[in-house]
Amino acid sequence: MGRPMQVARYWRHFKEKYRMVGTKCKECGEIYFPPRQVCPKCGSREMEDVQLSGKGKVLSWTIVRNPPSGFEYFRPYPLALIELEEGPIVLAQLTDVDENQIDFGMEVEMVTRKIREFEGDGLILYGYKFRPPIKP
Amino acid sequence: MRKAVIIGVGAVPVGEHWRTSLRDMAVEALLNAMEDAGVDRVDSLYVGNMASGSFIEQENLGALIADFAGLGNIPAVKIEAACASGGAAVQEGVKAVMSGLEDVVAVIGVEKMTDAWATDATRYLGYAADGEYELFHGASFVALNALVMRYYMKEYGYTEEDLAHFSVNAHANGAKNPYAMFKRPIKLETVLKSPYIADPIKLFDASPVCDGAAAVIITTEEKAREFVDKAKMVEVAGIGRAIDTINLANREDLLTLKAAKVAAERAYKMAGITVKDIDLFEIHDAFTIMAALSLEAIGAAEKGKGAQLAVEGQIAIDGDYPIQTLGGLKSRGHPVGATGVYQTIEAVWQLREEAPNQVPDPEVALTQNIGGTGSNITINILRRV
Repeated sequence: MGRPMQVARYWRHFKEKYRMVGTKCKECGEIYFPPRQVCPKCGSREMEDVQLSGKGKVLSWTIVRNPPSGFEYFRPYPLALIELEEGPIVLAQLTDVDENQIDFGMEVEMVTRKIREFEGDGLILYGYKFRPPIKP
Repeated sequence: MRKAVIIGVGAVPVGEHWRTSLRDMAVEALLNAMEDAGVDRVDSLYVGNMASGSFIEQENLGALIADFAGLGNIPAVKIEAACASGGAAVQEGVKAVMSGLEDVVAVIGVEKMTDAWATDATRYLGYAADGEYELFHGASFVALNALVMRYYMKEYGYTEEDLAHFSVNAHANGAKNPYAMFKRPIKLETVLKSPYIADPIKLFDASPVCDGAAAVIITTEEKAREFVDKAKMVEVAGIGRAIDTINLANREDLLTLKAAKVAAERAYKMAGITVKDIDLFEIHDAFTIMAALSLEAIGAAEKGKGAQLAVEGQIAIDGDYPIQTLGGLKSRGHPVGATGVYQTIEAVWQLREEAPNQVPDPEVALTQNIGGTGSNITINILRRV
């Protein structure tokens, strides 16, 4: 189950998935993630790429105990809604964290991690996850 | 415009139908509805179904079901709006009759989920979310709802026990419904002791994976008299449908089902009613949190007070806002694309006063069907003729 399609299907998202690039409306200034071609707030089609900081706070979280097929290897895993510094909310897994340590408002930062792999085909999907920031 | 009137309903019990295929369940439900209505032919067929291509490798359900039900060369199509496919299909049938284009239409909702492995079923349901930004990151539907539930509990100070009242109510009512999957009452402890599937959602906060098929026959008020007595007629007096962001994270407010709010306003306006006129509510309790948010969105409770209605017992069959009168998604079951049509036939049974768990003397019923995490919602208002 879940054979990967063309590599292009995942590769075309490298800006969002590896670098967390969103879009900003040139008219009203609203920032979106994932990127959009039309601003739902003001209707403008003048959008530009914006580099997000990848820093944010946990708004809500859960522990996925019965994952969709393809994610069995990781279970159980924490999944969260993260409110980014720039405003948009993003859904992602938390990583490098003890599940009892997760709380509302916990600061997190984006890292690149393996999301899943496909047996036999060798394709490995990477993307963002979030972790408590490493203090300098 | 012409009035759309439901004159016949039929279904198979919801459950795990290992011996029966999608086509046989669908034909059985459809023939039951046609027999109830006293019609032997229909002008067209609308099929509500979410994911037959994924679950059983079968699309083109319009042709499959109309063909095997012996309906001839009629127009027949599948309508898809995730878990709201059934509610949306009913609306397409209503629109066809009201517009004057078709006189007698059949609507069926059908889903065959148990032919898939459990983890694959979880994946297929996830296709209704934002595939590239939710499912890609390992989000199941339970998980997405869990994120909302935890936030709701924090914002308004509710406990897991408060929300568990929705499941207890659903099972108390479903115990009397011969078509329900789980025909037994449960206690609060049953919910609270059940294992977490995505914290804070426990097994008994969630509706089951199952199979089912339900059908209705819709025609004009004038034509209805040719087939049935007035006591069997139920008008679809108002319909409303709206979408919201496909991605939960992009919502204006995580705790408002805006699509339900907009759809309800449209349906109430069309039917010329307010929420106070409604005698029973079949809402989309795929998870207990969705029942709470739905009551708020349709105006039965203020924002943040949806769960309060459950705690106070106002959602019980003899309360001010009876919900899930025949079990809801939790107890009757949630064969996803069929659910909206099961809700419809349950509302019809109530309004005809032939329900096994009867609300006293009802005039108006509401059905609300949610697709995605609130991204596609239908509201229908049914009224006694």
